[in-house]
Amino acid sequence: MSNMYYTKEHEWVKIDGNIATVGISDYAAHQLGDITFVELPKPGKAVKQFEVLCAIESVKAASDIYAPVSGTVVSVNEALNTRPEIVNESPEEAAWMATVKMTDPSEVAKLMNREQYDEYRKGL
Amino acid sequence: MELLRETPLIGRHRERKALLAPFGGWNMPIQYEGGILAEHRWCREKAALFDICHMGEFLYRGDIVDGGLEDVFTFSVASIAEGRSRYGFLLNENGGVIDDMIVFRLAKDEAMIVVNAATADNDFGVIRSRLKAGAQFSDISNATGKLDPQGPLSRDVVTDLLGRNISSIPYFRFITTDVLGGKAIVSRTGYTGELGYEIFLPAEKTVDLWDKLLKDPRMKPAGLGARDLLRLEVGYSLYGNDLDETITPLEAGLEGFVDFDSEFIGKGALLRQRATGLKRSKVSFRVGSRRSPRHHYEIWSGDRKVGVTTSGGFAPMLGCGIGLGLVSPDAAAMGIGLTICHENVSMPATVCALPFYRGGSVRK
Repeated sequence: MSNMYYTKEHEWVKIDGNIATVGISDYAAHQLGDITFVELPKPGKAVKQFEVLCAIESVKAASDIYAPVSGTVVSVNEALNTRPEIVNESPEEAAWMATVKMTDPSEVAKLMNREQYDEYRKGL
Repeated sequence: MELLRETPLIGRHRERKALLAPFGGWNMPIQYEGGILAEHRWCREKAALFDICHMGEFLYRGDIVDGGLEDVFTFSVASIAEGRSRYGFLLNENGGVIDDMIVFRLAKDEAMIVVNAATADNDFGVIRSRLKAGAQFSDISNATGKLDPQGPLSRDVVTDLLGRNISSIPYFRFITTDVLGGKAIVSRTGYTGELGYEIFLPAEKTVDLWDKLLKDPRMKPAGLGARDLLRLEVGYSLYGNDLDETITPLEAGLEGFVDFDSEFIGKGALLRQRATGLKRSKVSFRVGSRRSPRHHYEIWSGDRKVGVTTSGGFAPMLGCGIGLGLVSPDAAAMGIGLTICHENVSMPATVCALPFYRGGSVRK
């Protein structure tokens, strides 16, 4: 059973115990095009599910990234400060953006698994 | 609903899986599979090919002065030598820019005017209305294809394909020559800040020339996304963003393309504006991070809103955001600190000189 889940706003979250690792989906990265800037959240920041976590910019557009789960930001992927293009190269692995210590694991029920997300994308 | 127009190359763009989007009423390639940044880099380092068939071309025949063309633009057409071209404006009564264009002096009694796609139909009517009755003036846009090979290696690629007479064309000059069996104009101009050409040729030859230029491994296609980054890095104005009917060439920092010794509609307004002083002027700035300012963001100086951005983006050659804007003249002085604001985002920026990127091969 995979522990990766997705949101309707195209974030992914990988659940490991009470730690959630967050990024944006390969589909989102492709849609945004060349990423030029990632605004990482500050460690310690408290976030609520589906509220703004941080932001991303591509050559074409600026977008917010929403927290897939509620909690507190534990760590961020500093590599994205200097090499935001990692988001295009490896959106669902190397380009993780932050880890969040979850406050309510039951929120995962509001997310989609890969199969559901692929189905959701087809409808867009 | 108005249907989007398509260039002769639409099939080629689809085969290459280009991302197509509306631009000036045309369905144009924004990028190909490699992406905007890769196309931008290829143009700065090698040679990129742009489909620019959407732009408008008009042909004027007759005496330049007697037919009235002399008094249409912000410069004298009669003073352009044959085989040369000049950049300038078509203005309204208030000095606002109806369009920016390049006029090519084809012969003593012949000129070609090259205009933006979105404004072409309106431009044609305005220019027509300013000419004398009997002047021959026609819209040759549909019959004319336009391909722009641009980049430091473009001279080598174009010369290898079309012949050595290309290699010696100086900047802002052109030759009329045979291209693949059709009469073409090859001009040493462009919109990238790199050495390059604009080739005007019979529309039916466009696909053939496109294919032949791209057979050369030094040349790759690039879309309008890369073109916008390239032109912004060298500070070129984009009509519809940095120029429009409410902005004068003086406000846009382009007074150098206005010849006050010639006569044209809008000259009075410009003279008055020059005499009373500008209420706003062009500013160019660098952002202190990789954030990109975009069109219509607010520009602040301290706690005072001083203007808006007219263009903005990420400059790959500089690794930071850059932008152009219109601000109170006191906020446009070199080195001044500004803040670019949009919703909950604010980015510190510094007023700087143009071009942002100075390493281009345009005059080589």
